[in-house]
Amino acid sequence: MIRVILPPPLKTLVHVSGEIELDVTGPVSQRTVLDALEHHYPVLVGTIRDSATQRRRPFIRFFACEEDLSHDSPDQPLPHEVEVGREPYVILGAMAGG
Amino acid sequence: MGWRMSTVRVLVGTRKGAFILSADGRRKDWRVEGPLFAGWEIYHLKGSPVDPHRLFASQSTSWFGQMIQRSDDGGATWVAVDNHFLYDGVSGTHQSFDGAPHPWEFTRVWHLEPSLSDPDTVYAGVEDAALFRTSDAGESWHELSGLRRHDTGPQWQPGAGGMCLHTIVQSPIDPARVVVAISAAGAFRTDDAGATWKPINRGLVSEGIPDPDAEVGHCVHHVTMHPSRPDVLFMQKHWDVMRSNDAGDSWFEVSGNLPTDFGFAIDVHAHEPETIYVVPITSDGEHFPPDGALRVYRSRTGGNEWEPLTTGLPQQHCYVNVLRDAMAVDTLEECGVYFGTTGGQIYASADSGDTWTALVRDLPAVLSVEVQTVT
Repeated sequence: MIRVILPPPLKTLVHVSGEIELDVTGPVSQRTVLDALEHHYPVLVGTIRDSATQRRRPFIRFFACEEDLSHDSPDQPLPHEVEVGREPYVILGAMAGG
Repeated sequence: MGWRMSTVRVLVGTRKGAFILSADGRRKDWRVEGPLFAGWEIYHLKGSPVDPHRLFASQSTSWFGQMIQRSDDGGATWVAVDNHFLYDGVSGTHQSFDGAPHPWEFTRVWHLEPSLSDPDTVYAGVEDAALFRTSDAGESWHELSGLRRHDTGPQWQPGAGGMCLHTIVQSPIDPARVVVAISAAGAFRTDDAGATWKPINRGLVSEGIPDPDAEVGHCVHHVTMHPSRPDVLFMQKHWDVMRSNDAGDSWFEVSGNLPTDFGFAIDVHAHEPETIYVVPITSDGEHFPPDGALRVYRSRTGGNEWEPLTTGLPQQHCYVNVLRDAMAVDTLEECGVYFGTTGGQIYASADSGDTWTALVRDLPAVLSVEVQTVT
């Protein structure tokens, strides 16, 4: 079971208040987690990754285990702690003040 | 006592969500609902003229992209519909700010215009400038690419707010005729339901472009029309208030005695097709009212002769802007006029502009205002 934390505007969009739990079959990578997330919540298609290129939207960041995974290959395996559900995979909007 | 059976609903899009203000036909006691879609920019929301309980909203942020929301119950509940705005075929290029060719790239939906006859059909004006249409209530969107493929397309370039198609005006008597406006390409018209388009900018003069009376390149801010006279169009250009009596084939200036003819919003009285409203803004560099006094100007002569409307509006220390989609009218017997400001105020007049009241004062910056008169 993969735990996913969405940024508040996307939680509102999918009508959830806490973490999301996903079953991911096969290798656990950012791509497979996001594929599963979009499969469960089609409304998220295009909000995290560009729907045509599948590239991360510029102001989206991916964190796990206190590491920034935003620039990693989407096919790189996620940390074991995420794979076994001890740590969440965090999706968030980049900080922007002003 | 027709007001007893009427409800006025003001649909407000802001930088941080949508709000719905409603009152009975007396327009005195207003209920404010929102924010809907809190935290998201709502560039525009508008109801179907055929089914006023069907609303569409353009919801976006730079972080999460574009969403389109639909309500079938007057805004009580919403469902996200299709948000794929894919340009038809090879997108081609337009000019970038630096004059270099730039591929058409979707950014957001600026304006949603529900069909006058079919509740499932809606037009969407987007950035980079193109016109899309759904005929299944938002479940899928398709580009009317004849506009973007116009011969002049490679010459179009963005205004400061982006290269956006922000205005869509449908003819009430000819379903095949639609007028759109693009910053900063100008106005265009189709007479064959979007298959082909022609620039309708003759008479526009823009000192900010190399050829002031060029066929395209004008920064048209908004175009409006009274449904009883579809050939008469009124335009607020970057500078200049303009009028056309031939559906845009030619334009002439009607700025007259306005204190400044720069502005964004323009609208027509619901029952008097020669009564029009603008909100003069100081200049393109100073997006606030002249002298810090918020004044709506009304012409009862179709332009040229303007009177300031100030009662109830702040006449000192006011430095807000009124954006292009942020003015609307209701259709009650005594026409109501409404506008929103970048300072978060919604002002309303229940007497055609003679007096004004702030319905709410501290919303996020207002991007759009639409009004429904529901009977």
